[in-house]
Amino acid sequence: MRQREGSPFTGLSTVALKEAADHMTSARIHLVMLLVLLTAIGAVYAAIGQIRDTVSEDAFLFLRLFSTAREPLPSFVAFLGFLLPLVAIALGFDAINGEYNRRTMSRILSQPIYRDGLLTGKFLGGLLVIAICLLTLWLLVTGLGILLLGLPPSGEEVVRGLAFLLASFVYAGVWLAVALVFSTLFRSPATSALATLTVWLLFTVFWPILAPLIAGALAPVDIFDPTTAIARVEVEQVISRLSPNTLYGEMTLALLNPETRSLGLVFAHQLSQALIGAPLPVSESLMLVWPQLACMIAALVVLFTIAYVAFQRQEIRA
Amino acid sequence: MSTVIETKGLVKRYGRHVAVDGIDLSIGKGEVFGLLGPNGSGKTTTILLLLGLTEPTAGSVSVLGLDPLRQPLAVKRRVGYLPDQIGFYDALTARENLNYTARLAGLSGAEAGPRIEEALQRVRLGHAADRRVATFSRGMRQRLGLAEVLLKKADIAILDEPTSGLDPQSTQELLELIGALSREGMTIVLSSHLLAMVQTVCTRVALFSRGRIGLCGTVAELTSEVLGGTHVVEVEANGVDLPAVLADAPHVVGVAQLAPGRWRVDTDADARPEIARRVVSAGGALASMSIRQTTLDEVYVRFFEAEEGKQNEAA
Repeated sequence: MRQREGSPFTGLSTVALKEAADHMTSARIHLVMLLVLLTAIGAVYAAIGQIRDTVSEDAFLFLRLFSTAREPLPSFVAFLGFLLPLVAIALGFDAINGEYNRRTMSRILSQPIYRDGLLTGKFLGGLLVIAICLLTLWLLVTGLGILLLGLPPSGEEVVRGLAFLLASFVYAGVWLAVALVFSTLFRSPATSALATLTVWLLFTVFWPILAPLIAGALAPVDIFDPTTAIARVEVEQVISRLSPNTLYGEMTLALLNPETRSLGLVFAHQLSQALIGAPLPVSESLMLVWPQLACMIAALVVLFTIAYVAFQRQEIRA
Repeated sequence: MSTVIETKGLVKRYGRHVAVDGIDLSIGKGEVFGLLGPNGSGKTTTILLLLGLTEPTAGSVSVLGLDPLRQPLAVKRRVGYLPDQIGFYDALTARENLNYTARLAGLSGAEAGPRIEEALQRVRLGHAADRRVATFSRGMRQRLGLAEVLLKKADIAILDEPTSGLDPQSTQELLELIGALSREGMTIVLSSHLLAMVQTVCTRVALFSRGRIGLCGTVAELTSEVLGGTHVVEVEANGVDLPAVLADAPHVVGVAQLAPGRWRVDTDADARPEIARRVVSAGGALASMSIRQTTLDEVYVRFFEAEEGKQNEAA
């Protein structure tokens, strides 16, 4: 095979920084960010009220900020699980097809860069914006907590908070990659936006309904054989874990509630001599979420590869 | 004159459709080379192949001695491209747009600043440098695209339909700019279906038809090859049989009757005195006579008529 010369990443940082700058100044992102910011602050404020009312003594008061819900508002974590995909979709749905529609694609690719640089740059630019947004949110919540609860987070809480931040980042990255794939496959930004939103709706709303149905069909329960019931639950769990939302939910559960000992079925004999309700150390919690995190990173890489292959094979002329 | 662009047997197929079907081109340094042909005859595909933006199905391309497939970055650093229907980032100003491409081209901020300024002045967009491109007219966008080519200080500029959609004045300005660049030693390849415009600036042209080059050469060569003459004389005269009278006249290559008493005479020089003398000496009454240079449009129409004829015969 003949090899092409020069680094595939020429111009990568230029593209990434330009994309990030574009996002930061676009009205679309301002709106989505405003939405996220307002809901997040609302959720945390409500959580603080709830914590003041109910909890007298808790070793992980600060983490409760993220995971406590007060009717009718969901918790901060639930909000993020719902809204982060929306942010990522807003960032990525017209990444590639937008360039075709503005007729800038051939002009940009006639500059001395490879397509690799353009695609990767766009992805990194989106990730950069997500990272900035998440870090801001996290710091805001922490700051609110310190101000309103009047106590600083412990070292362990900071570590768990950072791990939660990383999990949220990867989760948003997966959705950014989904948007990127559709923006490469469809030439019209409206189509790609709708397709991405459909996938988002499927996993957010319908997947929790579908998973038990599919599991019921795949692994019917025989009432005389208890092992079939276990099989059924396990199948259901596997299916529901195909959704990044499930993985993210499990990760936040294990990271923000140190008492979480397992993300699957737990049998009575496994709990013998266990101190129910005693928190796990950080390292154990991290071990617990490691498979989930690895799966999400794998999903991100696979999706990016699909976008990459599709983009490399595309004809430049529209 | 050294060759800067060379293609051999270039073929590009999209599925079963053949866009480019065996093109051999050789373009020398400093030339203004025109790719002419109707829409869909393979001009843009050829340009994309030259830039390495699409892979040929067969054949080879060499630009400045480099292979655009193997060394695309080196080629694209030295070749400027003005695409058909150029687009910019509307939310950015002209200067910001150029700054982005300058950075992609690998220029540092310190290098890029003066170059951008110079390029914008050159295309007379200095006054609009800090306006958002969304407010630009078609002609201004086209000029901005040319500024981008200038900015790179490219050895070769490839312009795809640079004048399409421009008003006559903008077209004229653009052509003057192209002429000036060519005099500075830049090699220019431009594609167009507006032949009259091409005629004035191109040193050589290639006529495209169905993915092949039908004819290639200077405008004068083409007109004499296809039409036999470089000038057209229209003669109005009474009481004379013009074809017979001009049968052995020098410089006359063809006579065709347009209407009773009106003929079109193709010549390869200004043969008016000779024609007048012969008409009068044959006893005819010469009513009027006009001369003009043969235009590429005529070459084009005649050439494609002949092609169609051949096709029909073959079928």
